[in-house]
Order: sequence, then structure tokens, then C-alpha cells
Amino acid sequence: MKSLRLLWVPTVFAIMVIAAWWWHHQRSSVGPKAEDPAVAAAMKDAKVIARGRYLTLAGDCVSCHSVAGGQPYAGGRALLTPFGNIPVPNITPDPETGLGNWRFENFWRALHTGMGIGGEPLYPAFSYTSFTKITREDAVAIFAYLQTLPPVHQPPEPLGLRFPYNVRGALTAWRAMYFKSGTYQPDPKQSAAWNRGAYLVQGLGHCNECHAARDTWGGIDTRASLAGGEIPAQNWYAPDLSMQAHGGLHGWTGQDIVDLLKTGQSSKGVAFGPMADVVASSTQYLSDADLHAMADYLQSLPARQPQVDDALRVSSKAVADRGAAIYGQGCAACHGTDGQGVPGVYPPLDGNASVLEPIGVNATRAVLLGGFAPSTAANPRPYSMPPYAQQLSDADVAAVVTYIRQAWSNRVTPVLERDVIKYRHTPVD
Amino acid sequence: MTTNVPASACPVLRWLLSLACLLGAGAVHATGQPPVPDTLQQRIAACTTCHGLHGEGSQDGGFFPRLAGKPAAYLALQVQNFQRGLRKYAPMEYTVRQLSPAYVHEIAVYFAAQQVPYQRKPVPDLAPAVFQRGGQLVQAGDPALKVPPCQACHGKTLTGTEPSVPGLAGLPYDYISSQLGSWRTGTRASAAPDCMAEIANRLAPSDITAVAAWLASQQVPPDAHPQPAGSITPPLHCGVLEGQGGGT
Ligand code: HEC
Ligand code: HEC
Ligand code: HEC
Ligand code: HEC
Ligand code: HEC
Repeated sequence: MKSLRLLWVPTVFAIMVIAAWWWHHQRSSVGPKAEDPAVAAAMKDAKVIARGRYLTLAGDCVSCHSVAGGQPYAGGRALLTPFGNIPVPNITPDPETGLGNWRFENFWRALHTGMGIGGEPLYPAFSYTSFTKITREDAVAIFAYLQTLPPVHQPPEPLGLRFPYNVRGALTAWRAMYFKSGTYQPDPKQSAAWNRGAYLVQGLGHCNECHAARDTWGGIDTRASLAGGEIPAQNWYAPDLSMQAHGGLHGWTGQDIVDLLKTGQSSKGVAFGPMADVVASSTQYLSDADLHAMADYLQSLPARQPQVDDALRVSSKAVADRGAAIYGQGCAACHGTDGQGVPGVYPPLDGNASVLEPIGVNATRAVLLGGFAPSTAANPRPYSMPPYAQQLSDADVAAVVTYIRQAWSNRVTPVLERDVIKYRHTPVD
Repeated sequence: MTTNVPASACPVLRWLLSLACLLGAGAVHATGQPPVPDTLQQRIAACTTCHGLHGEGSQDGGFFPRLAGKPAAYLALQVQNFQRGLRKYAPMEYTVRQLSPAYVHEIAVYFAAQQVPYQRKPVPDLAPAVFQRGGQLVQAGDPALKVPPCQACHGKTLTGTEPSVPGLAGLPYDYISSQLGSWRTGTRASAAPDCMAEIANRLAPSDITAVAAWLASQQVPPDAHPQPAGSITPPLHCGVLEGQGGGT
């Protein structure tokens, strides 16, 4: 892996030089001085603004563009990536530090082509790889809404990337490999609801930004769309969303998807970690029609190949017994000896997507951290799970997580003590 | 409240989610799942694992602070401060991250209403002069350092003042000194102007040892309720007291 990485460096350099030259030519076009009259009219329309607010929630712009305790949409936060920290800009209409002087064309270029107001390529930590699918009409509505926010003066944080990632020109190479701009093209063979769902999931909802594997360069293989992946630098695994045979959500119904996205909880599992944030700040606000449309689309994801079953690497009898004992003492009271949980209160662990995901990080961290399902309008007072980080040793956590990964109908690989040691020290944000 | 208690070997404890009891009761659960009690206490198992069933805090070194009996508005504000990143403790930040203000308020009211006797906590073995210095800071302050007496806000008997000043009586030495230290290093903050940050920064490190030791060595008064709201005139501006008070 390491040597492969080094090989890449000269290639990137070469492309950077070309890119820098090309970028220089692009920079001149900063965009129009006055707003397009049709856009200007739409931006004053209360209906458009209200729709924009809804779409902005669907895009979960607030979760990246705000810092805990800060003003919503005013930026101030940095996103953790394997290449370093990327500060998130202020998108309130402040003229100096936000989008106050932006015209719709500038905004469209950012969302649709991932280019900043100076023509500079933007880092794909900004989900424009998905947002490019947003229609122009919806983008107008989002822009109209953002321009009604109270302007907040908050200058951007400095870029925290290491060389050569801090040279924006290098992104040109990345974009050539991984990014293709283009709005969502409806599939005439599918229903209107399915198309609406596909548009929301692939575009605004940017589900694929987490729910797909990324390679060394942070690019997503489009063939593995929504097939699950590790979230780099954060140590979470966003599971495969296929509900068909061998899919990560095999056994889920459309209603389970709707429940999860609306309430934070379904009969098959609870949203936690980054998914709890997605539900709390975005999907809980979506209409039932849109949520059902998303579920329709997800139900059409293809069946997956069965995992090569190295679950036969079963753990030793001593570990298995230890895991079963801890489960019986600490976990069964809530999740049941049969792993079925208590409907509406405690999630089942048998068949649970986060227990079965390939690497075991989610279940390990769920046990270490415990926690609540998110408070949502539909489930305002969720139940919670105790954190076990203080009570259980690394070996015990490994044993009980291995147990739940191999009990009942679950048949996946064990979790090792050294994995637990690593996940115990992952920062929570 | 007790009508939901399942018929198991040790119903009351089980209802309270005692780990020891779950040991014995696991088997009962396997067959007919008794209904999960619809109580706040059951819902907040995460909080009570660290802070104790009644918010009594950890019994040993005092790493998990006591919540019982502290003013509700103070407790709710602290949870908010963890959500906003003004106070730092990663596992707790994770736990409270997606709780709504209404739920946080309900939980705060629960802990504020708990009455649990204070436990005596270990006090470090220090020279008498250190304790004397601590007592002086608490009762009279130090005008040279512009440090007002702690009693001026935390109440005559140091049991706190409604709605937003917590008590200092009964807090363990380690907790007091680490909180004052957090204000100095910026890992704890509250609404601006943050009077406690000013005070902590005006104190010398040896003064922090002294106040923490003196406070931890005091008996908790029989009535540990916070003083009523409006019974103090804070000598410094505190954001949490909505700008009440004066001085420098
Ligand atoms: C996953 C995190 C994330 C989400 C979600 C997100 N953004 Fe961003 N956004 C970023 C980052 C990071 C940048 C900065 C990229 C850079 O500096 O190259 C950015 C940049 C931008 C910019 C360019 C601003 C400038 O000053 O150059 C705009 C406009 C923008 N985002 C709008 C939006 C909108 C509208 C949404 C919701 C539909 C949204 N973002 C959702 C992370 C995000
Ligand atoms: C007091 C009840 C309770 C106990 C005891 C408990 N859990 Fe949980 N568990 C929950 C709740 C509530 C959730 C959902 C909230 C969350 O994910 O943080 C959950 C979530 C989980 C999850 C994530 C699955 C999902 O869909 O959210 C796993 C894995 C898990 N528990 C395993 C365990 C193990 C292993 C133990 C014992 C070491 C245990 N739990 C003990 C209540 C409990
Ligand atoms: C910021 C990253 C992120 C984004 C964006 C995201 N997810 Fe997730 N999602 C996760 C993680 C991590 C998990 C695993 C934890 C869990 O089970 O809640 C997850 C789990 C899920 C689950 C399974 C929940 C369970 O109980 O097993 C579903 C369904 C889901 N996501 C759907 C979606 C949809 C639909 C979208 C787009 C609207 C989306 N996610 C966007 C990170 C993300
Ligand atoms: C993993 C253990 C853990 C969990 C779970 C936890 N806390 Fe805490 N909590 C702590 C620690 C440790 C501190 C002290 C942090 C510091 O040094 O400032 C603290 C501090 C607090 C404080 C401030 C106390 C004071 O006097 O200033 C409040 C209030 C609080 N927690 C409430 C809660 C609530 C409510 C929950 C559940 C929603 C919860 N905690 C869950 C460990 C935890
Ligand atoms: C001007 C009023 C004022 C004075 C004087 C004052 N305090 Fe405070 N103190 C507060 C307020 C208000 C809080 C709550 C801060 C918050 O919301 O985080 C507080 C909180 C504290 C806490 C945190 C308690 C907990 O449970 O976490 C400690 C410790 C403390 N003060 C110690 C002291 C000491 C020692 C002194 C004297 C040297 C002192 N204070 C003087 C107003 C005051």
C-alpha cells in the first residue's frame, strides 16, 4: 500500500503543473455582476424560499457548515479527512466572509461543478460529487433560502492539509478520475416515486458519500454505489443499503427505512454515530412521501455477492464462553437472550446491520460508547445503552462483540483485542 | 411508578437496572419479555452508569461528578455546554450530542430532585497553612488578586444558589481542582462573561490546591438545598446569571 502511494506522488506533481496552468486560464471568469432577472424574481418568492428551506434540510448542509455551539450555516468547523483537516466555509449571506456577494451562477458552479467563486477546484469533502445531481430549479430554491439567513461574520479557518494535498491544483487530477458533473437523469422505466427517491438518495441526501467504499485517494468506485464502506478517519462503517439477498439490510421492509429516517429507530436497528446526526439534522424533517420514495429506490438496489465466509475462523471456546457470559450478565436484559431486543425500545442484535458489517467497528464502538438513539419529533425521549468503556477490558469487549457477531443467525468474523484498543482511542467527532 | 415492576427475583433493583440484579434476572427475561418500564430512570441508563442511579457520582475518587440536588438550570446548561463544545469530555459529548433541549431539561429536573447523602471523600494531607489560605479565599476572597469570596455566589453555606450557581459543599478535592484547571486551559467555559474563568485565572496554582482542599474538608450542612434565587448579589458579571452583578 505504502509503496503504491509513493508511486503516485510524481504523477500527481506532473498533473499539478498542468492543472496550475489550466486553472490560471479558468480563474478569469469570476461570474456575473448582476443576478439573472428570472433567478432574482424566484429568490423573492416565499414559496421558493420555503421549498429551499426543505431542500437545504434534505441536503443536511447544516451539519458540515456549522460548528457545535456556533451559528447555523456560519462554518467554523474543520472536517477530519485522512489527508488532513478541511475547514468548512460560512454560507450565510455575509458579504465578506460568506455568500453575500455571490450570484446564483457562482453557487451553481460550486454545487454542480465543485468550483469556488475564484474558479478554484473545491475539495470533495464538500459532497458536490453527489450534489451535482441537484436540478437547477432546486439549486435556485436552496440559494434563495440561504440568502434569507441572518448574515454571520465568521472568517474561514486556515486549511489544515499536508503537502501536496494543500495545493488545490492537484484536485484537477482527482476530479478527472472520480468526478463527472451532471444533474439526475430520470429513468423512464421507473415510477415517479422511484425517481424521486433515487434523486434524493443519490443527490441531495448524498448517502453514497458515507455508504460506499473509498480508495486510497478518497474516490468512490461508482460500481459499488451504496454497497457500504468505512468512513475514513472517523472509524465508523456505513453499511451496505441493499435490502436484497446478502445485502446489508436484508430483511428490512420499506417501512423500516421510513421509520429509521423519520424517528431514528426501526424494528431492525437504531441510528447512532454519524447516522444519528443525519437523522437528527436532516431526514427526520422529510415528508412521508419523500421518505417512502427513498425506501422504494433503496428496495431496488441489487442483491449482493455472498461474503467469502471466513467466519469459520471462529474464536476459541474460551473466548466464546467469555463473550456469552458477559452477554448474559450485561446485555441480555435489554437485547434479550434471543438477540431480538424489545420492539420500539431496544434494537435486535440478531441480523442487525451494524453488528454484521464486515469489520466490527460499529458494534465495538456501540459497546464502548453506549448512548441514545437521537431525540426526534417522533421519538423525543429515546432509551439509551450504558457505555462499557470503563467496565469492560479490551479483551472482554472483543469477546462480547465476537459473541454477538456469531450468535443466533449471525455468522461473521471475530473482533480482536487489538481492534478494540484502536477504536477505544478514536476521537468522537 | 412501581406498577410496571416485573415479577422477577429482585424486582425493585431490577427496575433500577442494577447490574448485579440483571445477572440473576437474565433468564427470566429470555422467555416472556417483561415490559420495559416506561420511566425516565430506565431511559437514561447511559447517564446513570457513570453518574450513579440517583446522580450520586462515583463513590471512589470522584471522577464522575455528583449531579444529585444541583440546581436544574445549572445541570441543563452544563449538558448544553458539552453539546456546544464549551466543556470537554469525549464520552459524555458523544452521549448527549443528539438530545433535544426539552429532554435535557427533563433529565436535569430528575437529577436536581434526587436527595442522596454526601459521602466523605479523601482530602489530601497538606500543611495547616494551606487549609487556612483556602478557608480565607472561600470566606473573604483575596482583594489583591481581585478574587471575591466564593461564598458571595455559591451561598453562605456553599450549597449553591438557584437557578444557576452549583454548590461547592461536598465536592471532592480532585473534581474541584480539575474544574478550576479546566477553566484555565479553556476546556471548560460557560456563557460569557465567564466569571468562573476569570476567577480561576486570577488564582495561583497553589491557591487552587488550597481552596479545593479546604472545600473538600468541610462538612456538608444538614440542609444541602441551594439558596433561593435572588438571594445573592454577585461581585462579578456572570453570563449564566444574565449579566447580574458587578465589580471587576
Ligand atoms: C459533508 C460535508 C458537507 C456538506 C453536507 C455540505 N458541504 Fe458545502 N462545503 C463543505 C466543505 C468542506 C467545503 C469547502 C471545500 C473547499 O474548501 O474546497 C464546502 C464548500 C461549500 C461551498 C463553497 C463556499 C466557498 O466559500 O467557496 C458552498 C456554496 C457550499 N459548500 C454549499 C453547500 C450546500 C448548499 C450544502 C447542502 C446542500 C452543502 N454545502 C453541504 C462541506 C459540506
Ligand atoms: C439498558 C439497556 C441496554 C443494555 C444493558 C445494553 N444495550 Fe445495547 N443498546 C441499547 C439501546 C437503547 C441501543 C440503541 C442506542 C444506541 O445505539 O446507542 C443499543 C444499541 C446497541 C448496538 C448497536 C445496534 C443498533 O442498531 O443500534 C449494539 C451492537 C449493542 N447495543 C450491543 C450491546 C451489548 C454487546 C451489550 C452488553 C455488553 C449491550 N448492548 C447492553 C440498550 C442496551
Ligand atoms: C455522515 C455519514 C452518513 C451519511 C451521509 C448517511 N449515512 Fe446512513 N449510516 C451511516 C453509518 C455510520 C451507519 C451505521 C450506524 C447505524 O447503524 O446507525 C449508517 C446506517 C444507516 C442505515 C442502517 C441503520 C441500522 O440501524 O442498521 C440506514 C438505513 C441508513 N444508514 C440510510 C441512510 C440514507 C438513506 C442516507 C442518505 C439520506 C444515509 N444513510 C446517509 C453513515 C451515514
Ligand atoms: C461515560 C461516562 C458519562 C456518561 C455516559 C455521562 N456523563 Fe456526565 N459527566 C461525566 C464526566 C467525567 C463529567 C465531568 C467532566 C469534566 O471534567 O468536566 C460529567 C459531567 C456532567 C455534568 C456537569 C456536572 C457539574 O457539576 O458541572 C452534567 C450535568 C452531566 N455530566 C450530565 C450527564 C447526563 C444528563 C448524562 C446522560 C444524558 C451524562 N452526563 C452521561 C461522565 C459521563
Ligand atoms: C461571581 C460569582 C461567583 C464567584 C465569586 C465564584 N463562583 Fe464559582 N461558579 C459561579 C457560577 C455562575 C458557576 C457555574 C458556571 C457554569 O455554568 O459552568 C460556578 C461554578 C463553580 C465550580 C464548578 C462546580 C461544578 O459542580 O462543576 C467550581 C468548582 C467553582 N465555581 C469554584 C469557585 C471557587 C473556588 C470560588 C472562590 C475562589 C468561586 N467559585 C467563586 C459563580 C461564582
